[in-house]
Amino acid sequence: MKQFLSFIKKEFLHIWRDKRTMFILLGMPVVQIIIFGFALTNEVKNSKIAILDYAKDAASTSLITELDASRYFEIDKNLYSYDEIEAEFKKGKIKLALVIPQQFASDLQHFNKAQVQLIADASDPNTANQLTNYATAVIMDYQKRITNDRKLPYTINTEIRNLYNPQLKGAYNFVPGVMAMVLLLVCTMMTAITIVKEKEMGTMEIMLVSPMKPQMVVIAKAVPYLVLSAVNISSILLLSRFVLDVPINGSLVLLLFESILFILVSLSLGLLISSAAASQQTAMFISLVGMFLPTVMLSGFMFPIENMPLALRIVSNIVPAKWYFTIVKSVMIKGIGLHAIWKETLVLTGMMLFFLTVAIKKFKIRLA
Amino acid sequence: MNAVRVNSIIKTYGKKKEITALQDISFEVKPSELYGIIGPDGAGKTSLFRILTTLLLADSGNATVDGFDVVKDYKEIRKRVGYMPGKFSLYQDLSVEENLNFFATIFNTTIRENYDLIKDIYQQIEPFKDRKAGKLSGGMKQKLALSCALIHRPSVLFLDEPTTGVDAVSRKEFWEMLKRLKEQGITILVSTPYMDEAGLCDRVALIQTGKILSINTPQGIVDDYKKPLWAVKSPNMLQLLNELKERNEVEDIYPFGEYHHLVLKNNIKREELEQWIKQSTPEAVTVEAVRPDIEDCFISLMKN
Repeated sequence: MKQFLSFIKKEFLHIWRDKRTMFILLGMPVVQIIIFGFALTNEVKNSKIAILDYAKDAASTSLITELDASRYFEIDKNLYSYDEIEAEFKKGKIKLALVIPQQFASDLQHFNKAQVQLIADASDPNTANQLTNYATAVIMDYQKRITNDRKLPYTINTEIRNLYNPQLKGAYNFVPGVMAMVLLLVCTMMTAITIVKEKEMGTMEIMLVSPMKPQMVVIAKAVPYLVLSAVNISSILLLSRFVLDVPINGSLVLLLFESILFILVSLSLGLLISSAAASQQTAMFISLVGMFLPTVMLSGFMFPIENMPLALRIVSNIVPAKWYFTIVKSVMIKGIGLHAIWKETLVLTGMMLFFLTVAIKKFKIRLA
Repeated sequence: MNAVRVNSIIKTYGKKKEITALQDISFEVKPSELYGIIGPDGAGKTSLFRILTTLLLADSGNATVDGFDVVKDYKEIRKRVGYMPGKFSLYQDLSVEENLNFFATIFNTTIRENYDLIKDIYQQIEPFKDRKAGKLSGGMKQKLALSCALIHRPSVLFLDEPTTGVDAVSRKEFWEMLKRLKEQGITILVSTPYMDEAGLCDRVALIQTGKILSINTPQGIVDDYKKPLWAVKSPNMLQLLNELKERNEVEDIYPFGEYHHLVLKNNIKREELEQWIKQSTPEAVTVEAVRPDIEDCFISLMKN
């Protein structure tokens, strides 16, 4: 036991003395949360639009004011001819153009029917889609207001309620994603690298010729990274709660328990990689290509898994982050308990046992 | 009981076992003996040490250290031997004291418990105990590595090329330390590519391309050398070498410091030798009879 503790102390010294790496490990989650929270967002806010208003009557003016007043749009330019529209799009400043035909108000009054045209820059299809949806919603709102006092023969009103995330905030999705990513990077990559480093430096050679059990060497190396990860989880949760206003709806204890389970999965993966890799570069490469990319692509964090072809959907099942991502979203955002995520928890437990068994079995008690 | 016993060890590398590192090696080391494995780079010294320290498995043959089998009882051996690899293998970002403390704890002991054993060595680096191991000079690194390998009072100490890359003064000090350790009853196996260090061992095994050429005391090896040996020197050394090589009387000639060492097939008088050298080389030649040293023996054994 004394051996084990002294080994852990030595491991902490390694991390503490390599200040640069330590700051990267502790600073990375903070920076990621801030970047994802404030810079990299696919929410639509203050998109610049252009207006081509042929009518210039009371109705068109109030419609335009309505659009401008919404937080989604900002009127950049008033145009005077149809040809100008394309020129504006080509400049790349505006994302959407609204065309209001002549006699907009009188059509509305006399025929009970008027038309407007929305032209969107669909070179980014998702944004174009969102913008036209928002614009339509604003226009529908306007229509509802002017028809309020009149009886229409048939109307179906759709009332939309966004459960768990009423404001459709991106943070609700990326906070769980960043948690999965950071834990995987710190636990898997750093653990793999640090064990391979002992091999590369030749210190493993001396450690093997000692009474210290080889498995102990490996487990002792994983402990400091478990602690670092716990610090990281706390900083992510604090930031997301108090800076990004993402609530923790479910049980915090359950969330932490599931996080520790995922940390253990990542650590055992790191141990497995370290027994296969001969150099620090190889260990880093395997961790990045083999773990980081699948986590980003196949965990459901960036791209929804349901839309993927069958083959990828099957492959996504072996990505641990996919299960963790689902768990965090369920517990943190939807606030549900263990009864709803026991299946995911079981899968992660199974993965941990499997990876740990293989890693310890494959650990070499000799040099070759 | 022998401290180390090696019996017909064969070790090969590569998928098709195409590289032979050790070919049928056998030898024995007595308790508290200072035993030298002498041979050039690539002779198989490190492979041999790794097999004995249970880090590698031999293809065939067996070996025991302190009476324990290197394969079956590897755990026992790992508790009781000290090993200092050829490459400096301590934690460079830990200080001198932290390294020593760490290794003491790993071997279930403390610095205080065995301080008397390492005192002579450790005292020399103690003024730098707060310095990081990576920032020490070559000689100090060696002393620290030796202290770490000794801290648990091993019964057998394996030193793989401990003096490679260390200056002449530190090398001399290092061998003096080994002598003192030997007096404390520790068996020491040391490998070195430097022939001049062979004379400092109790017994040596000369090893070349995985084969043992000879095992004897340093004096015994020199005494076994029976051929007449001369040192020759002239203003044009290369020409002298090439011309004498062609002579029938010459068995071997090779550069040796500022002289060439000349091995003759038969005993002749000094005047006679001077005479026939002058026949081919008109320049002034110095000729002297010399006593062979280990390197001459090694070269002669290698050629057979």
